[in-house]
Amino acid sequence: MREFRDAARVQALIQKIAPLADELAAAFGRPIQIMEVCGGHTHAIFRYGFAQLLPHSIEFIHGPGCPVCVLPVKVIDEAIAISAKADTILTTFGDPMRVPGTSQSLLQAKAHGADIRVVYSPLDALTIATKNPHKQVVFLAIGFDTTMPSTALTLTTAKAQGINNFSVLCHHIRLMPTLEALLAGGDIQLDGFIGPGHVSMVIGTDAYQPVAKVHHKPLVVAGFEPVDFLLALYQLLIQLKEGRCETENAYARVVNHRGNLTALAAMDSVFDYGEDCQWRGLGWVENSGVRIKPDFSAFDASKHFSPSAEPGIQQEPCYCQQVLKGQRKPNQCPLFAKHCKPEHPLGALMVSSEGACAAYYQYLPDKETGIHG
Amino acid sequence: MAEDCITLAHGAGGRAMAELIDCLFLSAFGDTAIADKEDQARITLEEFTPNGDRLAFTTDSFVVTPLFFPGGDIGKLAVCGTVNDLAVGGAIPKVLSAAFILEEGLPISVLQRIVYSMGDTAKEAGVTIQTGDTKVVGRGMADGVYINTSGIGVIPSHLNLGLCHAKPGDRILVSGSIGDHGAAVMLAREELGMVGDMHSDCAPLNGLIQSLLGNHQGIKAMRDATRGGLGCVLHDIAKASHTHLLVEEDRLPIRAPTHGICELMGLEPWFMANEGMVVLVVAEHAAEAVLQSLKQHPYGTSAAVIGTVTNASPGVTLHTSYGGKRLLDWPYGLQLPRIC
Repeated sequence: MREFRDAARVQALIQKIAPLADELAAAFGRPIQIMEVCGGHTHAIFRYGFAQLLPHSIEFIHGPGCPVCVLPVKVIDEAIAISAKADTILTTFGDPMRVPGTSQSLLQAKAHGADIRVVYSPLDALTIATKNPHKQVVFLAIGFDTTMPSTALTLTTAKAQGINNFSVLCHHIRLMPTLEALLAGGDIQLDGFIGPGHVSMVIGTDAYQPVAKVHHKPLVVAGFEPVDFLLALYQLLIQLKEGRCETENAYARVVNHRGNLTALAAMDSVFDYGEDCQWRGLGWVENSGVRIKPDFSAFDASKHFSPSAEPGIQQEPCYCQQVLKGQRKPNQCPLFAKHCKPEHPLGALMVSSEGACAAYYQYLPDKETGIHG
Repeated sequence: MAEDCITLAHGAGGRAMAELIDCLFLSAFGDTAIADKEDQARITLEEFTPNGDRLAFTTDSFVVTPLFFPGGDIGKLAVCGTVNDLAVGGAIPKVLSAAFILEEGLPISVLQRIVYSMGDTAKEAGVTIQTGDTKVVGRGMADGVYINTSGIGVIPSHLNLGLCHAKPGDRILVSGSIGDHGAAVMLAREELGMVGDMHSDCAPLNGLIQSLLGNHQGIKAMRDATRGGLGCVLHDIAKASHTHLLVEEDRLPIRAPTHGICELMGLEPWFMANEGMVVLVVAEHAAEAVLQSLKQHPYGTSAAVIGTVTNASPGVTLHTSYGGKRLLDWPYGLQLPRIC
């Protein structure tokens, strides 16, 4: 791993990227706009200080790839309603714990007495179920295609073992429909994409063909180490310079073109796709939702608990959607760092530490003016 | 003892409680005023006055899951925490109190291990546990055992350490690797599905600190990094002294397992807990000599100079390994693991 963090390699790549970006920006008559789709990359840009090391001729547009950020208020409300039932344990990842629901976050509901537990994997939730046979254990499943295989494996295991006190509240979201909806919207100016490393490990680089072929945007899949990220950025700039528009893989040590076939098969055996879903900041996204197959309906918490269909009130400030689509920078939002802070988030982009607003808040020395990002 | 686990009788003031005190606490804590069975420990002023002109007084409560972890246990933690809080103020720790909230059903053998660990740690630190209290709550009302310790130390008359004394140009030092306690406890919880050779740094630092203060001029302030880790201490220094702290990421001593856990969980190592690591503000001219002394002490072998105090607006900046800078923000509360 050390070679992907090597400071000399990082410097060498920056030396190559900077003149190329300046040249392209001069030709375009504006800064190059690149969307990093994944929240992990947004985080990396700030974490490694790339925001200052890269020239102003590159502008990063922070994409929608933070599954916590797009989680609707309704999901949190549903999960809290389930956790309030007698003899019920709600489990989930640490990520959504702070997301504000209509009146409470999961963390606040836990403080008020609900049995809500943070797990590191859905299999841990299944273990809790086997250890607590007299309680219903529900796993709130969130995340893009990255976390779907582990949910699928857990459901398959639960079925094979005949466990009858475990279910999943499924709110996974698929990346490609989300990305396509964003591109189809036509209201964002982008020159290319840095593709997400973890999602690509599951779905493979072939899945991005529509981005290049239909929407004519180059995309390079990147890993999360500094050298990984810069290498992908460099490849993307080369494509722009040469006028190419292709899907490339700069994370070949982890990602291949077909994806993880075992993981994809596990997902296909458990999930149905094709449902239109409403996401925070993105609105309705065609085809983006994931449902548990009828074969596994015994483990579908939405059937088991029939959570209230009443939609939560979307209290999102209107600026969130603009930030999520890259139309506005977090620090250009009038609420940023004044009324909207990580401890009092008004929008989900401030809640998740991988949200663009939280990254700006956490890392930028001057929250008021910010550095280019 | 008559019973093999704690019952409500052990907190009821009767014979069961007396037996617990005599057979366990007195035996583990050695020569102590607890033996006098008065409602208070009586300590002569002569025990304090030869060492200085001010008393330092502090209190801390300890809750941890699991009760035992590689490198320590809740008892050792309870003694070290209070000893270190006294020592970083320049005080020589002298006496402690120890109060226990015990959960009904706690095996006596578990309590024994904890209390003897407290006795051993107190001995190492050169303090005595002079007074205490025991309460028992019903099963399910507590998580095994909670401990509160308070401590009194004496501050030598020539010392006046304080975070507010940090000035631009001063150096920031750490006595050991960061986040060791947090990482060890996370691994010990066995929830991560990971194994790793990670020990908590839990240790009484008064010996190390007194030897530094005895041999060096130019130490301006100290704070032991505990639950908020190094990051929160740096913010405390910046706020108290109205200065800015510039920290070099490359110089931060971080053990590989701590790094691994942080990477996997999306946590920041500088906000992981320590229980035996002191952060020092030292005048520039003395920094190298203090570093060398730290490195010679068994609890300071991983010591490092990690940054500098500057006159920029109050805050903490991390100078990344790649030449960029980023704000090291002060978290609102708990770090939560990031999975998706």
